[in-house]
Parts: sequence; structure tokens; C-alpha cells
Amino acid sequence: MTLTRSSAGSTTRRSRGGSRQSRAGVAFVAGYVVLLIAFGILPTGYAVYFAFTDAGGTFSGFSNFITTAQDFRFMDAVGHVALYLLFWLVSLVVFVVGLSLLLHRISSGTVSKSLRFFYYIPGALAGAASVLVWLFMLDPSVSPVSSLLGTLGFHTFGEVIAPGNLALLFTIIAFWTGAGGWIVVMYGALNNIPKDVMEAARIDGANAWQTAWRVQIPMLRKWIVYMVILAFAAGAQLFVEPQLLSLASVGVAGRDYSLNQLTYDFAFQMNNINGAAAVSVELLVVSVSVAGVFVARSGFFDAD
Amino acid sequence: MVPRLLTGSVLVVFLVFFVLPVLWLVLAATKTDQQLVHGNPLSIGSWHAFKANWDALTAFQDNTIMQWLGNSTLYAVISLVITLCVTIPAGYALAMTEFRGRHSLLVATLVVMLMPTATLVVPLFLEVNAVRLIGSMWSIILPYSFYPFGVYLTYIYFSTAVPKDLLAAARIDGCSELGVFRHIALPLATPVIALVGFFSFVANWTNYFLPYVMLPESDQMPIQVGVGSLLSNVPSFNPAVGTTAIERPQLALATLLAITPVLVVFLFAQRFLVSGMLAGATKE
Repeated sequence: MTLTRSSAGSTTRRSRGGSRQSRAGVAFVAGYVVLLIAFGILPTGYAVYFAFTDAGGTFSGFSNFITTAQDFRFMDAVGHVALYLLFWLVSLVVFVVGLSLLLHRISSGTVSKSLRFFYYIPGALAGAASVLVWLFMLDPSVSPVSSLLGTLGFHTFGEVIAPGNLALLFTIIAFWTGAGGWIVVMYGALNNIPKDVMEAARIDGANAWQTAWRVQIPMLRKWIVYMVILAFAAGAQLFVEPQLLSLASVGVAGRDYSLNQLTYDFAFQMNNINGAAAVSVELLVVSVSVAGVFVARSGFFDAD
Repeated sequence: MVPRLLTGSVLVVFLVFFVLPVLWLVLAATKTDQQLVHGNPLSIGSWHAFKANWDALTAFQDNTIMQWLGNSTLYAVISLVITLCVTIPAGYALAMTEFRGRHSLLVATLVVMLMPTATLVVPLFLEVNAVRLIGSMWSIILPYSFYPFGVYLTYIYFSTAVPKDLLAAARIDGCSELGVFRHIALPLATPVIALVGFFSFVANWTNYFLPYVMLPESDQMPIQVGVGSLLSNVPSFNPAVGTTAIERPQLALATLLAITPVLVVFLFAQRFLVSGMLAGATKE
């Protein structure tokens, strides 16, 4: 899919107003380019520079990467983030797509619309607010679902937030906050599937399940990929959830659960800026390459 | 009949999952800590308890909560204005005009958009530190203003929803490039302006990591970092707290205050969201 379909038609006109247009184009993007350099390219360059030098500014090869990787908390943090990402992405794909398909089958427009609105509401509680809400939800002494927690064998806050449960808990928090927005997007994409395609499936005798599996989900593919990319990039930088939990957990959850917490710790507690930069660079490389693979295979971001 | 029942119950279970915590939060702010622990979780407290919570919360560190809300508003609004002034023309130029470096800029935008911003927090700290802006509100406002996702949205919107011929016609009629943008493109761009504005406002309002690092002083904190520091003053979550304790209902009230602006903006932007998201996102 090419995004500027009409660009071929403008070639003839370009010769006349071309240079005027070109100057205007440059002027229009100038502010953005300044910000792009200052807060996108420059910090990235800075991170790479610090990652490959020592405290004195001399080139140090991969030693920062090796030192940080040998830190006793590093592999744990990698494992935590990987497990969280697995839970988070799977639940997002399964439940967001599933719920959107179910909502789309509701014949009453009002019911479907209200449900989407209610599902979206927690989206307003992104950031610290969502974590605070879930601290309450997960504390059996005040939770509205304390009997459910009790049935599952949890009677104190400490038991609920045991280290082994954290990946799942962060998944629940992230899903609660983020799923509604994606359901709105998926629902819209389902609406955009041409009526004749759905009609043809119906005439061919496809039931709801077959229609979903063979027609609707394949046509949602790009949107699902797009969601996974953005969710991956966001999930890999897990910070506020474990950080706030560590404040509230009476020391059960440490301050070194996620990779970004580790970066923070290297930079501001251990005064090891170069180590922090090395971890940042690793996160960047992983996120951008995963995104790159998805992008290349899905063709979602075909620019020109 | 059975599948319909199943569909219905799945949707209702998720409705409870999404709504119950919000409902509980609203009710919690009207109760005393005693009621919170011993009463029915979905009961309403009293106006008196709500007032007491309000007084206790605003009394905490001399009304620091209002200061935090004010800070958040200041930071979010200034960066929103800069974002819109920079992003909309950039997306427009990328979609509708030809200039050298246009393609590279587009690719750079896509890459930066996919870069997780939190991994740049430490490098940004170093950069801002180098120009001695740590502790200044510009240390978060300027990075917030950089919003490649908004440029991408605007770019897609213009390249799909606005025909180039329309602009060409205005040029032939003698309109300057700025005039074409102001009189033709901008009025057509209302949905995408609302969309970019909404997303960037919410992203800035809810950001935690960047201000946590850049603005460590309590009187500079935005509300997100503020409620985080309130949390460490709640004895039931953190027994080490001394005399300046905050109780759980007051924390719930603080959380409600923190989300209100986003809810309000959401209600206003709602009608643009779905149409804008789709107008900008699909091609047909």
C-alpha cells in the first residue's frame, strides 16, 4: 500500500511552483526537525556515546555492556520483562480481538457503543493512577473482590504481590488501562470491512466462528500487528508499575524488577552513567529491531 | 441461544472488570479508612467523610496537591501548544509538498516513533544536564513537545483525506503556500488536530518517568509523581511512615483528582476520536 497515491499526478505541476513549494515545505517542517534532532537523534547519539566509553570519556568497547550484563540483577530483570511482555501481548491479542468481534456482533448500536465507552474509561487512569487503583484492588483488606482473592488463596497484600505473581499483576494493570482504546480501534477496523465481503461469507454458509477466523481476523491483521508493535515498545519500558509497587510493598517487590528500573538505579543510585546508557542502548536496539521485523513483514508503515 | 448467552456473559464479565475498580475508587473517596476496611465495598460513605478527606488531603504539606495539579496543567498545556504548532505543519508538509530530504525525514519519524521513549530518559537527563536545565520546567516540556506519532498521524490524515488538487487549485488562484495551509488545509484538519491534541495531552499528563528524573523537587512535581510520593506516606502500604501520614481514602481522592482532567478532555474529544482515528488510519 502506498501512502501518497496522487504524487505521480503532481510531477507536472512541480516544475512551475516547485521551488516555492519546496521552500515552504522546509519551513513547515523546520520546528519539528529541530525537536527531532534535540530530543530524538541527539539523546540517541548521547546514549551510544556513553555506552561505549568509560567515566573518563575514553572508548571502552563493550565493557559497559559486559559489566551490566554480569550485574546479578540484570538477567533477572530481562526474565521479568520478557515474561511480562509474553503475558501482556498474548492477552492483548486474544482478548482485544475476541471482545471486538463479540461487540461487533451485537445488533443494538446503543448497547455496543456504551460497552465500548465503559471499556475505554480506565484509559483515563493511565500512569500512576492505574497502579494506585490496583494496589487497592489487590489488597485483600479493602478490595471489593477480597472474597475472590481469598478463594484463590490470598489473604494478605504481601501474598498477592509475591514476586512470582508480578508479571501477571502488571499484565492485568496494563490490560485494564490499555485494552479499551484498542477495542475502539479494532471495532472501527471491523466496521471498515466491506459489506459485500461479509455478505459473500454469509451466502457461502460460513457461521460466526468461520467468518471471524477466515474473513475478519485476516483483514484485521495489519491492525493487530500495529497494536503488538506499540504494545511491545511500551511494555519493554516497564517502569512506573514496579516502581510504585516497590514503594508500597513493604519491601516485597524490589526496585530492580524491570530493565528501566535498573537503568535508573545505575544512573542515579550507583552513579554509573555509562552502564545505564549501555542498558538503554540494548533496550533501544531490541525494541527497534523487533518493530523493524514486524514492519518489514506486515508492510504497515510503507512510507512512499 | 446458548452462544448468545455465552457472548453476553463474556461481555458482562469484562464490563465488571473494567468498571468495578473505577466505581470503587469514586466511592472510596467518600469513606473513612474504617468504613473502607469494614463496610460493604460498594457502599457510599458520607459527605462528612468526603469533606474530612478533602481537608486532610489539601492540608498535606500545605496544599501541595493543588500545586502538583497546577504544575501538571502548566506542563501539559504548554507542551500541547508547542506540539500542535510544530506537528500539524510538519505532517502537512510531509504529505502535501515536495522538498529535499522529505523521504529521509519520513523514515526518521517512523523509526523514532517506534523507539520507546523511556529508554531515552537517562540520555535526555544527561543532555538536559549539559545545558543546565535540570529542575526547570522546560526539561520536560520540550521533550514532551517532540511528538513523532502526531506527525505520523497528521501525515496519514492529509495524504488520505485531503485531495492534492484542492491545494493546487488554491495555488492557481494565487494563494501563497502559507495561505494554502491556513485557509485550505487547516480548516480541513480539525479531526486530526483534535486527535493529536488528545493523544499528546494524555501522554504528557500521565508520564511518570521523565518528570520523576528531571524534576525531583516536591514543589515542581506533576500530579503523577506527586501521587506516587503520597503513596509512600500511606501507613498501610508503608509502615515506616511517621506523623505526616495519609490515609487510604485520601489517596483514592488524590487519584481521582489526578485523572479528572483526562476524563474531561476525553469527554470533549470523544466524538472526534473514533472518526478521526479511522479517517487518519485507513486508506479507502
